[in-house]
Amino acid sequence: MTNPAANSFRVVQPGPMTLVQDRGRYGFQKLGVSVGGAVDIDSLDLGNRLVGNEQSFAVLEILLGGLEIEFARRTIFALIGTDANATLDGVPLAVNISYVAHAESHLVLGMVNGGLRAYLAVDGGVHAPEILGSRSTHIASKIGGVDGRPLAVDDVVNIGESNSSNASGLVLPGYEPESSMVGLENFTVRVVLGPQDDEFSEAGIDAFLSATYTVSDQSNRQGLRLDGPEIESKTGRYDIVSDAVVNGSIQVPGDAKPIILLADRQTTGGYAKIATVATVDLPKLGQASPGASINFSAISVEESQQLLADHTEHFAAAQIHKLVDPISLGVDGELVSVGVADNGEAKIADVDGETYPISIDEYTPAE
Amino acid sequence: MPESVLGEDQTRQIRTYPRLVPAGDSAILIELGSEIDPDINTQVFALADSVEAAEIAAVVELIPTYRSLLVSYDPTISKYDEMRDRLDSFVTELEAIVEAAGESRIVELPVVYGGEDGPDLESVAEHADLSVQEVIDIHSGVDYRVYMIGFAPGFPYLGGLDQRIATPRLKTPRISVPAGSVGIAESQTGVYPNASPGGWQLIGRTASVLFDVTKSSPSLITPGSKVRFFPVQSHD
Repeated sequence: MTNPAANSFRVVQPGPMTLVQDRGRYGFQKLGVSVGGAVDIDSLDLGNRLVGNEQSFAVLEILLGGLEIEFARRTIFALIGTDANATLDGVPLAVNISYVAHAESHLVLGMVNGGLRAYLAVDGGVHAPEILGSRSTHIASKIGGVDGRPLAVDDVVNIGESNSSNASGLVLPGYEPESSMVGLENFTVRVVLGPQDDEFSEAGIDAFLSATYTVSDQSNRQGLRLDGPEIESKTGRYDIVSDAVVNGSIQVPGDAKPIILLADRQTTGGYAKIATVATVDLPKLGQASPGASINFSAISVEESQQLLADHTEHFAAAQIHKLVDPISLGVDGELVSVGVADNGEAKIADVDGETYPISIDEYTPAE
Repeated sequence: MPESVLGEDQTRQIRTYPRLVPAGDSAILIELGSEIDPDINTQVFALADSVEAAEIAAVVELIPTYRSLLVSYDPTISKYDEMRDRLDSFVTELEAIVEAAGESRIVELPVVYGGEDGPDLESVAEHADLSVQEVIDIHSGVDYRVYMIGFAPGFPYLGGLDQRIATPRLKTPRISVPAGSVGIAESQTGVYPNASPGGWQLIGRTASVLFDVTKSSPSLITPGSKVRFFPVQSHD
C-alpha cells in the first residue's frame, strides 16, 4: 500500500500506545460517531505550527513515551506536550522546537516524567487515510489512523507532502501550552455549570466546587474518572433519559463521583451532567496522570468564551522565531531546553544545566 | 417549598420545557421534555431539520436525541447570548415547524429469522410462550421509531417493541455478535451495525450494510426515520 514516492517513517517500537490524531471527526455525532482527536489540542496546534503544517494535519499522540521510529527521508519534526527525554540518533532533544531528521535517522522517546502524553508533529502531517473527514484513530469503533488501532512494530506510516517553508530551529516565543506544565500537580479546572446542574442539591454542588478530586487510574481517552467526595442529587437518582454530551461534560453516575468526558467519549450518555469544562482547560485534562488532583471553579459561559477568545488570539499573535542550529547544542552535552525569555529578547539554551546565549532571528516563512 | 424535598417527578415537573441551557462555552442544549415520548421526539427532529436548513454560520454540529437537541457552535463566530436568541426563535415557532415537517423515511431491512442468524429465537419464543412464527410475525409487524443513534456508529435506539416478546438480556454476553444481528433486550429491539460484543437475545440477521465509512452518508438508518424488519428465507 505504501507509495514509494511518498515520505514515511517505520515504527521500530510503538511504546505503550501511540495513536494518529488530528482535531477530530466532526459532523457525524448524530450517527453515533465519536469525535476523537488529540486530547491535548494545544500541543497538537503548536506542533503543526512549528513544522509549517495546516491546523487540520494529523500528528502522533504518544502515551507515556517509548516510541522509536526510523525516518525514510529528510523530515522536519517537533516534539510537543510532555517531555519524553527524546534523542535523535543519540542527540538529546528539547520540546517545542523543530528539528531536522535525515534518511534512516532514528527518533527515540524515553518515558515521560510527569504529564502523560508527548506529541510528534512532522512536516506534511501524518498521512493515514482520511475516514469521514478525519485521520483520528478511534479504537472503540476501529476507525481512522492505521487500521483503527495503535501503531505496531514495523508499521510504515506515510508522511504528507512537505511544506516549502519548513525549517529546523523554529520556536514560538511567549507561548507555552499550560498543558505541558501540568504533571502530577494540583490544578484548577474552570467549568460552566449545567446543563443539568438542577438535578443536584445545593450540598452536592457545594461539594463539587469545594472538594479536591483525584484522577483515578480508571481513566483513558474516553474520560477521567475522579475519586473524591460524593455529589448529592436532589432525588437520589442520577440517570436521565439519554441525551448528547460534549467534550468536557462532567457526568455523575450512580456512585456519585464525577467523570469528565474527553475526546473519545460516546456521543450520548444517560447520566445527569453537573457542569462542562471550559474549552481552554481541556488540554490540561489530556495530560492529567492518575493521581493528579483537581479543583473545580465555576465561571459564567461569557467568561468561558472570553478565555477561549483570549487564548486563540494569544496563540495567533505569537510569532515564529528561528534559533540557530539547535541540534549542534545537544551534540556535546545534554540539551535540556531551548527557548526565549518572556520579554521575547533574551535567547537561552540550557545545556547540562548551563545557560548559553544563542542567536535568534525573527522568522518569515517562504511563501 | 424548597426543591430539595420534592420527589423526582415533581422536581422534573416544576421545570418548564422547552428550555435552552448552556452545555459549556461551545454548545447549547435545547431540552423539549424529560421523558421518552414519541411526540417530544418528533419535535426534536423537526427542530433539528429546521435549524439545519437555516445554515447558521456558527453552527458546527447538531445532535438530536430522545428529548433534546444539542447545538454545538463556534463561539468565536457567535457568542452565547446571540446564539441562544437565535435558537430561541426556532423554539418559539416549534408548533409550525412540527406541522411543516415531512413524513418519516422508512428503512426496510430484510431479516433471516432463526437458525445460525438468530440463535436465540427459540428461547425468546419459549419465554413469551408463543410459537417461533408468532414471534417473527409480531417483530416484523411494526414500524419502529428511531429515537436516536448513539452508543456506537449507526447504532439505533428503536422504540415500539410489542411487550409480548420483551425478553431479558443474556446472562453471559457474547464476545462477538456479527454485524447486522437483530436482537431483543428487555423491551427494546435493535440491530448491531458492526460486529461487537453484546448481550442481546439474537433473533435474526440482516445482510444490509448498516454503516459504511466510505460513504458520505455512512448510516443506512438515520435519526428520525423508521425501521421495518421483513422476514426473508435467505440472504440472497
